[in-house]
Amino acid sequence: MNDLYQSQRAMRNMRQAAMQRGVIAILDIGTSKIACLVLRFDGPGHSRENDGVGSLAGQSSFRVIGAATTRSRGVRFGEIDAMQETERAIRTAVQAAQKMANVRVDHVIASFSGANPRSYGLAGAIDLHDTVVSEHDVARVLASCDVPDIGEGREVLHAQPVNFALDHRSGMGDPRGQIGNRLACDMHLLTIDADVIHNLLYCIKRCDMELAGIASSAYTSGIASLVEDEQELGAACIDMGGGATGLSIFIKKQMIYADSVRLGGDHVTQDISKGLQVPLAVAERIKTFYGGVVATGMDDREMIEIGGETGDWEHDRRTVSRSELIGIMRPRVEEILEEVRARLDGAGFEHLPSQQIVLTGGASQIPGLDGLAPKILGNQVRIGRPLRVQGLPQAATGAAFASCVGLALFAAHPQDEWWDFEMPIDRYPARSLKRAVKWFRDNW
Amino acid sequence: MQPMTNGSNRRDPAPSRWSYRIQRLWLTPTFRQLMRVGLPMASAFFFAAWFLNDPGTREAISEKVAEIRRSVAERPEFMVKLMAVDGASAELAEDIREVLPVDFPLSSFDLDLDQMKLVVEDLDAVATVDLRIRPGGVLHLQVVERLPAVVWRVDGMLELLDETGRRVAPLAARGQRADLPLIVGEGADDAVPEALSLLSAAAPLEDRLRGLVRMGERRWDVVLDRNQRIMLPETGAVEALEQMIALDQAQEMLARDLASVDMRNVQRPTLRMAPHAVTELRRIKALELGEPLQ
Repeated sequence: MNDLYQSQRAMRNMRQAAMQRGVIAILDIGTSKIACLVLRFDGPGHSRENDGVGSLAGQSSFRVIGAATTRSRGVRFGEIDAMQETERAIRTAVQAAQKMANVRVDHVIASFSGANPRSYGLAGAIDLHDTVVSEHDVARVLASCDVPDIGEGREVLHAQPVNFALDHRSGMGDPRGQIGNRLACDMHLLTIDADVIHNLLYCIKRCDMELAGIASSAYTSGIASLVEDEQELGAACIDMGGGATGLSIFIKKQMIYADSVRLGGDHVTQDISKGLQVPLAVAERIKTFYGGVVATGMDDREMIEIGGETGDWEHDRRTVSRSELIGIMRPRVEEILEEVRARLDGAGFEHLPSQQIVLTGGASQIPGLDGLAPKILGNQVRIGRPLRVQGLPQAATGAAFASCVGLALFAAHPQDEWWDFEMPIDRYPARSLKRAVKWFRDNW
Repeated sequence: MQPMTNGSNRRDPAPSRWSYRIQRLWLTPTFRQLMRVGLPMASAFFFAAWFLNDPGTREAISEKVAEIRRSVAERPEFMVKLMAVDGASAELAEDIREVLPVDFPLSSFDLDLDQMKLVVEDLDAVATVDLRIRPGGVLHLQVVERLPAVVWRVDGMLELLDETGRRVAPLAARGQRADLPLIVGEGADDAVPEALSLLSAAAPLEDRLRGLVRMGERRWDVVLDRNQRIMLPETGAVEALEQMIALDQAQEMLARDLASVDMRNVQRPTLRMAPHAVTELRRIKALELGEPLQ
């Protein structure tokens, strides 16, 4: 736990250094694509004239000056699978983005979707020494949260205080300066597999860059595609990616739950490939051009050439109707959505006051999904697209770039996490002092 | 597992690790600046240094430069063909031509007029000179001569001095310039303006004035005929002389048989009588007092 605290603090310092240099890279490592954005932070009044209110309510203190996307290699289920391949893909994306930005980037903030995220709700309470809550008290109450056994080989990715309660007043965003006797807090802890982080660290180090932050892509796509009142009132964001589908639940502008389903658009492609006996690339093309989930009578007559390169005329002239294609795709999409539904039910989403669900990510662009999803997820479903940020190329504004854009927003305005507060003194391990004393005793 | 070597001939779109690093290096601002400005400058400097390292090359370059300069300077528009001296007497003009050894025709680029002006003004008889090259290739000198104001005798030689004390010319005999007053003594040339004001103040004594003598390089004696001297103080000499003249005009003092009048203390002029006058005075006193003659 202490190592983690130190390494996360180191990453925060790195982010601070990057802010001072004014340039930071955003790297979204997905299963189907790796996207890299280069952001320039100028502060208000630099990139555009300062009229008092910045665009997007001051969220656009940065500008995207470089963007590049490359086909992902060596990533499965949102986890790095073949390191060399992934490293090469990261290098391709970073080099292209640097070239576009014409600036060298040394710090990178990364996100990924896989690695079995697991959410924990933590609670802690302390009695205040003083009646006024100070920053130190906040740190103490965060440290007093009793951490559950997160299991062997797992690391904490996010540890965000979501709620503070002072005596009997709950729902506070910021208790500092308020008067009371007993401070309690709720913390949302997100853990992931440690190996995945280590692989990512290794890949980024091999690219001569330093990791200035790390985030779950379910969280970042929630930041990007949920509008403010949805975040406030309670909503779930479902990021349907290539290899994994992330879901995150927000209320009161805090993420309270995140999870990931290890199913995504790539499985649909695989189904098509197997069902139609075509290579994966052709299946992907057919999916993007003709895919859908709701068949109509018209689709029976629309024939799709699926081709082939075997030299067998019969085999190379095959056609399927679009309804057949939909018949292949729909069960898989339904499966994904049902799995998501199960996760949402498990998280207790139905108890939230508002049950808005926003679908985003590349796989959410399947035509007809807005008709299919309400049948499984409930009435309040919409297809979301990420926020517009300054300087983002048109090609990178689609739903597939939701987590990328969210990561840029996260880089600009990171949520306060547990490691942003000074650790209270009594939490420093007493053992190190004892070890020093023992060393003295042994040697003299 | 992927093959360890890239056996397939499909091109890998990813940059190699080294090309990636080199691209990042190129995007580093300092490196870029160094390569874009520093390297060309350094290489140009080294190339020039290597090129000029050979003395033969350096000579050839300087020769070439000199040749080009000469080809411009020797155009007929820039040639000076003769010298004209205005405002100088014949012998001064001769002197000037002597001290300016210029072989005409000469390019005006090769004439150092400032230096020539200094040389000409070094001549004693020249007060100021204006040099200019007039169109038509004429070097024109407008000379203002020094006018002698006094004759100075020192160490048995006679010199003519102007009113500031600058030497103008030597003089062979006093009689050649009898119109000029005479000053005598070491250091007299340093006090010529004072001497001139004394001489103008001594205008009433003009027919008796023989000259001024500088005593000990600090004060003046006025010498009259009959070897009479008026010894003047270091400061306020003119006023002392005027006082003396007033005494003379009132009491005809200088007409009497005096050897000198000491005006060094203006409050108390002191007389020294001639030896004969002293004995005469004593005789008269004795007669008056009725003492026996010796």
